[in-house]
Amino acid sequence: MSMDRKSFLKITGCAVAGAIAGNKLAGIDVEAQDGSAAAYPDAKTAKRWGMVIDTRKCLKAEGCDKCMAACHEVHNVPEVPTKEHEVKWIWKESYEHAFAKETEYPNEELEQLDVLVFCNHCDEPPCVRVCPTQATWKRDSDGIVMMDWHRCIGCRYCVAACPYGSRSFNWSDPRAHLDETNLNYPTRTKGVVEKCTFCDERLAKGLMPACVEACPEGAMVFGDLSDPNSEVRQLIREQRTERRKPELGTKPEVFYIL
Amino acid sequence: MFMFEKAVVGSRRYWLWILGLFAVIGIGLMFYLRQFEEGLAITGLSRDVTWGLYIAQFTFLVGVAASAVMVVLPYYLHDFKVFGKITILGEFLAISAVTMCMLFIFVDMGQPTRVMNVMLHPTPNSMMFWDSVSLFGYLILNATIALVSLSAERKGVAPPSWIKPVIILSIPWAVSIHTVTAFLYNGLPGRSFWLTAILAPRFLASAFAAGPALLILLCLLLRKLTWFDVGREPIRKLSLIVTYAMLVNVFFVLMEVFTVFYSGIPEHQHHFQYLFVGLEGHNALVPWMWTSMALAAVALVLLLIPKFRLNEKILAFTCGMVFLSLWIDKGLGLIVGGFVPSPLGEITEYAPTIPEIGIAVAIWAIGCLMVTVFYKIALSVREGLA
Repeated sequence: MSMDRKSFLKITGCAVAGAIAGNKLAGIDVEAQDGSAAAYPDAKTAKRWGMVIDTRKCLKAEGCDKCMAACHEVHNVPEVPTKEHEVKWIWKESYEHAFAKETEYPNEELEQLDVLVFCNHCDEPPCVRVCPTQATWKRDSDGIVMMDWHRCIGCRYCVAACPYGSRSFNWSDPRAHLDETNLNYPTRTKGVVEKCTFCDERLAKGLMPACVEACPEGAMVFGDLSDPNSEVRQLIREQRTERRKPELGTKPEVFYIL
Repeated sequence: MFMFEKAVVGSRRYWLWILGLFAVIGIGLMFYLRQFEEGLAITGLSRDVTWGLYIAQFTFLVGVAASAVMVVLPYYLHDFKVFGKITILGEFLAISAVTMCMLFIFVDMGQPTRVMNVMLHPTPNSMMFWDSVSLFGYLILNATIALVSLSAERKGVAPPSWIKPVIILSIPWAVSIHTVTAFLYNGLPGRSFWLTAILAPRFLASAFAAGPALLILLCLLLRKLTWFDVGREPIRKLSLIVTYAMLVNVFFVLMEVFTVFYSGIPEHQHHFQYLFVGLEGHNALVPWMWTSMALAAVALVLLLIPKFRLNEKILAFTCGMVFLSLWIDKGLGLIVGGFVPSPLGEITEYAPTIPEIGIAVAIWAIGCLMVTVFYKIALSVREGLA
């Protein structure tokens, strides 16, 4: 009996030690991934990335979908034909829907306004709060709300938590709905949640987000909200901007000039 | 295995029932394999209604599991002897219900093979983490209690004294599982339907009505099908619990309705409007919700008038109505209603698909199978003693 117990302790001891070592290794891995933005000399860095959308400029090119097309192409976002199973990272929403404002006396301009919406990269993201596996997290270095598609268990708690509808779940195999695959970016599997990541992979290479780069009107301005001299801060200082549902306390980091 | 030999001897009727359940489970398994292969697209869920039948069943069944406390508490804390014969039935029901809860969570996962990530990366800020901890703990507690007390009964000795604190612990634990389940929903900023502090109390009240109602039905069924008779007194006391819990539940619902409609905040009203009168022509759940309301109203009248409550034939119907009413309310309306309209004001209706229903029914069949086998074991042990 005592022999049995001894060997049992030995085995469990080894298992515990192994698990600790494993976690350490994983920890190093995560660190390297997390600090990737700083790991490259050309990388664009900021303490707090944010965006200002000038809807007046966006309106100038009506029917333009360059930002959406660029984003969805670069990130292998599938074109799912059924509306209820759609996957989207950036799209247009009516003013009423985007800002949850109902009125009996509509303003003509606002009524016709289509607002670009995507992940707000909230400073207090409810999606991160609820995720049971830390498959989504707010990156300490620059505030981007990240996603790990290999850890996500597909519980869709984050989808329920996001008050902006910014998260999409892959109801079926997304690869079946890709015409062309960008081999420089991962495709996803069915059963995981995805969303805009402020193009963290492009920032790491010193590139602007794909949507910002694609916009012919310069309607999307991307920059460091923590820097008072940045263009985004200047716009916020000088223009009247709105955020989506600020009353929920999520502190969205995307600002709209209406 | 522990006393399982008792479950493999039975009458022809017993075996037919078991085989029938296995058939239902088999069909569900086939549907599940398809879902595993093709993804959750085979369900009626969508971008806007991301949780449906599965999660709603989970929510309802957490209540059934928690309700075991309604027999355990009076018996162990107040030495209420009348429940002596049925505590084991309550505990076995709880074990079966928690298992069903876990299965419902499992089938709702987009990546079921990764489900252990919840334990590998424990995340205390996620209510889902706490929910899995509390459910798992509750399962262990009840399995231990049921096993220890039943084997003591078989040996004709008193259960070991260490089991008492375990039983006492199971009482607040039962409350915790349903509280944490409510917290899953009512901590979400953009979902006004669930954003109410009364959600957890309401969950508990409806659980303590639906669970004991089911237990009454099971006791009556056992009397009809087996030699085992719990007697009239436990059923009377249980029906009293159902009455109080149902009253409190209806009271809570009315408080909710008052708050929502007197304050008049559209965001909060929309969900109730969708459920009870329809919103912009969308009214799939309206007949269900009114059925639930009507059943609750009739059941309450029958419960409140002693003549009807004490008549076991009528009581059986009443309990069926209570159970069905609360199943519709919680196992259907509560979850779907929270998603319609979406935070962007989109109205997308939801109806479960055939495969989805097949999978859900199969999990219920697994629950029935567990209850059958457990009760069979418990009864066989007692028959041996008699």
